[in-house]
Amino acid sequence: MIEVKKLIKNFENLEVLKNIDAKVKDGEVVCVIGPSGSGKSTFLRCLNLLEEPTGGEIYIDGEQINKDGVNLNAIRQKLGMVFQNFNLFPHMTTLENITLAPVNVMGMNKKDAEKIAFELLERVGLADKAQVYPSSLSGGQKQRVAIARALAMNPEVMLFDEPTSALDPEMVGEVLEVMRGLADKGMTMVIVTHEMGFAREVADRILFMDDGVVVEQGTPEHIFNHPESQRTKEFLSKVL
Amino acid sequence: MENYLMGIKIAYSGVGATLSITVVAVIIGVTLGLIAALCKLSKHKALSLPAKVYIELLRGTPLLVQALILYYGVPMLLQQHGIMFRWDYPIIAGMIVCGINSSAYVAEIIRSGLQAVDPGQTEASRSLGMTNFQAMKLVIIPQAFRIILPALGNEFVSLIKETAVLSVITITEITRKSTLWSSVTFQSWPAYLGTAFVYLTLTIPLSRVVLYMERRMAQSDRS
Repeated sequence: MIEVKKLIKNFENLEVLKNIDAKVKDGEVVCVIGPSGSGKSTFLRCLNLLEEPTGGEIYIDGEQINKDGVNLNAIRQKLGMVFQNFNLFPHMTTLENITLAPVNVMGMNKKDAEKIAFELLERVGLADKAQVYPSSLSGGQKQRVAIARALAMNPEVMLFDEPTSALDPEMVGEVLEVMRGLADKGMTMVIVTHEMGFAREVADRILFMDDGVVVEQGTPEHIFNHPESQRTKEFLSKVL
Repeated sequence: MENYLMGIKIAYSGVGATLSITVVAVIIGVTLGLIAALCKLSKHKALSLPAKVYIELLRGTPLLVQALILYYGVPMLLQQHGIMFRWDYPIIAGMIVCGINSSAYVAEIIRSGLQAVDPGQTEASRSLGMTNFQAMKLVIIPQAFRIILPALGNEFVSLIKETAVLSVITITEITRKSTLWSSVTFQSWPAYLGTAFVYLTLTIPLSRVVLYMERRMAQSDRS
């Protein structure tokens, strides 16, 4: 599904990602954990080329995406993305937020797009919020709409960039619940998160990143109960 | 008293010309200004450099001089090259020169508005597969437009006042009406007091509207 080879990303003179190799299989849920500034979000943002890699190769379905001549917009349609700050379109209703891309990018007619949007709103528990503007939604509701918006493009993979970090604690649960539902349905997901409990429960595999490298990876059982690297042990002892 | 009323009446007879020049100039200004702003923000030097020069030249020279160049200068240049051209309707030259002049200021207003929209909005749009153009058209520009509406309103108000310089290219807008009347009757004081009064009857209500828009904006930001 996704294959990353020797990924390097520099900002000016700062090396953010140093030679990252990673694979995500079809239907797999991969959680990326690690301290702030370790390059987790940059790694995720490289996967749909919101950040352009400085070096290395990224393959989606066997096709290299970071080379000249690829249809980037077509590739991004395969990768749904959910942001820490929701990034809903404030000048549009919930429904319009969800139907905008299907209508304008996929050329779907408005009726079909709205039908799908209502199904998705139902799925994230916000069917009654179709006609309201984002400013009147709570953080948790905004994030659930953002998830529905990404799902409306029928992506093959969902990328989550710290989806609960900007939420009030009491709203974290409702968002994780929706994500858990996606994982149960077999969606391929890459999740950058600080929610260790959630990562342990939902992930098939955990990547622990620090200082621009993948220090250690494995099953939640392996990472949380029998970490090998000293750095992983230190990090977990602080957050658990 | 009679002279004062006459002064107002004379000045008022130029309102139609002043307002029609202003409205057309704003339309030209916003259209060209949007193009100039998008070019200036472009990553391609071939677009951003000409836009920067365009904006600098227009903001760095007086509107009066630009009007003289377009109304008197350009026909002479064309005639030297064997093209017989003169402005049959000076008001059209006035609309064009005010529109082009305003576009430079509008471009800077629009640029600041586009840059004020959260970059996350572009990222969300692009991550959904939109092209840069779609993201601009559907997501960024509508939001930027709300942000800059008050500033655009102010530009409209100041343009009303600036059209006064067009009296030097024979356009009979508010100021020229008064000048002509004054030069015949020598009633300079009532004539130009009337001119000022008529401009105020246009600018004060419009400024109020702009202020109202600003308040509305501030409220919707808070929610």
